[in-house]
Amino acid sequence: MIRSELIQKIADDNPHLYQRDVERIVNTIFEEIIEALANGNRVELRGFGAFSVKKREARIGRNPRTGEAVHVEEKYVPFFKTGKLLRDRLNGKA
Amino acid sequence: MTNKTLTRMDLSEAVFREVGLSRNESAQLVEEVLQYMADALVAGEQVKISSFGTFTVRQKGARIGRNPKTGEEVPISPRRVLSFRPSHLMKDRVAARNKR
Repeated sequence: MIRSELIQKIADDNPHLYQRDVERIVNTIFEEIIEALANGNRVELRGFGAFSVKKREARIGRNPRTGEAVHVEEKYVPFFKTGKLLRDRLNGKA
Repeated sequence: MTNKTLTRMDLSEAVFREVGLSRNESAQLVEEVLQYMADALVAGEQVKISSFGTFTVRQKGARIGRNPKTGEEVPISPRRVLSFRPSHLMKDRVAARNKR
């Protein structure tokens, strides 16, 4: 399923909404999650999962082609942990 | 860098502000979005949201695990797990703004 298919499903369920409003609704939800993570916040969606930011420490990396050692700075990366209900549903337990 | 936890409520509040539906309907739409994504994943589909990220269901085989406390071996049955791969846009925005 891709973004446009998701938008279409929501639009079909809500014939009283304009398609462009459904697009804005769906886009707002994803944008809000990215913005929260960019600000260092967590987003916890019970039953679905939680988005958070993890710190990767600085390390000495290696250029795989030349074998040369390079310094890799610490960085922050997005992380998703599946919620319990969804994990159970994936395994036919709920 | 703040340290808040946002919930469904914050997402529906954002929808409420952005589109001007009632709070109730905004909350319902947030729920619908999550529900459709979850349903697709449970059906084994990949969910690919451009400029956000991709959720993929992966099949894991059976393996022998170990209770870390007692050292006892326990069988772990085959299962399906969800993995999320953030888009470049998400990675870049998270990396840029959390930098000090």
